[in-house]
Amino acid sequence: MSIEVSGINKKYGDFVALEDINVSLPTGQLTALLGPSGGGKSTLLRIIAGLDTADSGSVEIEGVNATKLPPQKRNVGFVFQHYAVFKHMTVAKNVAFGLEIRKRPKAEVKAKVAELLELVHLSQFAHRLPSQLSGGQRRRLALARALAVEPSVLLLDEPFGALDAKVRKELRDWLRRLHDEVHVTTVFVTHDQEEAMEVADEIVVINNGRIEQIGTPDQLYDEPANDFVMGFLGDVTRLGNVRLRPHDIELALSPAVTPGTPPAFAGVIERTLRLGFELRLTVDVEGQGETTQVVLSRTHARALDLGVGTKVWLRPATGAISVPVLGVASA
Amino acid sequence: MADTSTIRNRKGPVTYVMRFGVIGYLAILVVWPLYEVTARTFAPLERGAEGGFGAFLERLQDPSVTYAFQLTATCAFWAVLINTVFGVGISLLLVRYQFPGRRILSVLVDLPMSVSPVVVGLALVLAYSSGQGWFGEALESAGIFIIGTTPGLIMATAFVSLPLVVREIVPVLEEIGIDAELAASSLGANGWQTFRRITLPSIKWAVVYGVVLSMARSLGEFGAVKIVSPGAEFRGETATILIQNRYTNYEEPTAYAAAFVLVLASVLALVVVSLIRKPEDHK
Repeated sequence: MSIEVSGINKKYGDFVALEDINVSLPTGQLTALLGPSGGGKSTLLRIIAGLDTADSGSVEIEGVNATKLPPQKRNVGFVFQHYAVFKHMTVAKNVAFGLEIRKRPKAEVKAKVAELLELVHLSQFAHRLPSQLSGGQRRRLALARALAVEPSVLLLDEPFGALDAKVRKELRDWLRRLHDEVHVTTVFVTHDQEEAMEVADEIVVINNGRIEQIGTPDQLYDEPANDFVMGFLGDVTRLGNVRLRPHDIELALSPAVTPGTPPAFAGVIERTLRLGFELRLTVDVEGQGETTQVVLSRTHARALDLGVGTKVWLRPATGAISVPVLGVASA
Repeated sequence: MADTSTIRNRKGPVTYVMRFGVIGYLAILVVWPLYEVTARTFAPLERGAEGGFGAFLERLQDPSVTYAFQLTATCAFWAVLINTVFGVGISLLLVRYQFPGRRILSVLVDLPMSVSPVVVGLALVLAYSSGQGWFGEALESAGIFIIGTTPGLIMATAFVSLPLVVREIVPVLEEIGIDAELAASSLGANGWQTFRRITLPSIKWAVVYGVVLSMARSLGEFGAVKIVSPGAEFRGETATILIQNRYTNYEEPTAYAAAFVLVLASVLALVVVSLIRKPEDHK
């Protein structure tokens, strides 16, 4: 195991930031810490890096107990949410910083910097100052700087935050490719479930200072441990006594019962919303307190000629993932 | 910068009246008195005597005047040096660390700004004089005399100009934040390396600005120094004390000449400051 976190607790005054956190992350894995803002995931990352101290518990990095080690002795690469590049140094100097601190020979530093700038596609900007770079470039610079010291683990705090959608997407693909190339144990923090599902090998879902579930993206999506995980990883709606994904609901214009399928719920379309290729329907289901959301492709909807007021029958699609609604007797 | 240019372009009667008011106010309060000092510096001593630059230089070459300026320069140099080192240290302490009494320390640092320098001088005498001071007797038995000697003058000067350095550095430290320093430490830099390679380059213009300001303040310090110093010729007479002594002893031309040199030093300091500020603003 590359990172072994056990029994971590952290409080800020009365506020419990982390409560009894236990995670082991295998070497070479790309892990996402996923959860809503203020859930404690950044705090956990900073504790692993040694930038914050836990009230109790221990952190082991590559088999060494690092709980009491200062950040400079942990051999951890940390990429800050707001880059934290050294503004008064050129791009090349930024990347060279960790190597110069380690008093590596000049020629070696130069070669390593050139190699890393190549890797993050910043070679032509080597002599610029960070203020002359775009947000995405600064992020890559911060990453190259962290990689320069050949850390045993690489930690990234919201690596795709505060960038526009297109750059985010590019950086995401690029990080995944980079990880496959460099193979350093990587942990990144994100609040965007799509990002986590797309990039990570394993996702740790953190909410209110506690781990809700640990698993691969597929596991989390297909077997959510609870209501929260299910809701956080995608849209969820209610149909009868279960919660399920809006695209897992089958919609028909008649109550026709096929043998072997569960009975359909009758309802009336209340609202329609077009979003690109999909159509989102809000259906008022008879005898159910809250409305049900249904997502259809536009082509499908057009074929059925749906509109506000259309009477429809809903049933969970075969193989749909669902969790029972908690605390509700019956609909 | 669009908004300032639109403000500048608005030229109504009110603008002119205000402009005239400000210029008039400055003229009466600053320009005219300074002009008088300058004019008298270069005026002939008596009817028919030689005036101008030569006479001015001659007055400055008087050994007691040279001594006074040397003493002032020594005091200012050490005071600024001490303040720079402690100023940077105190600023780091105030901004980067949380500890009980932090706010009180912050207020204490500002105290010399608000307390009259005369009171500062008096306080130093009370604390350190060999007769009555708290530490005075202990220091005297160790053979150290503070009041009435150059170290005392340096202390008084340093006391008065301390906040100037701290108040320049603190806002800059707050603005740059702690992320870059944390990044440096996660890259393997220890405390000193982080300070020298990351923190110091980020605050260097604030330090220079603070040094120039406190240099100007130290050169002109009078109240605190006056109380601590014996204030006699060749014995603790700094440039400012010299000006007062000569002025009251009817040796006005020498007083004017010394005053002019001090004005010149301040103007120089202001020029340096404005040259520093400019590249900073463009960032």
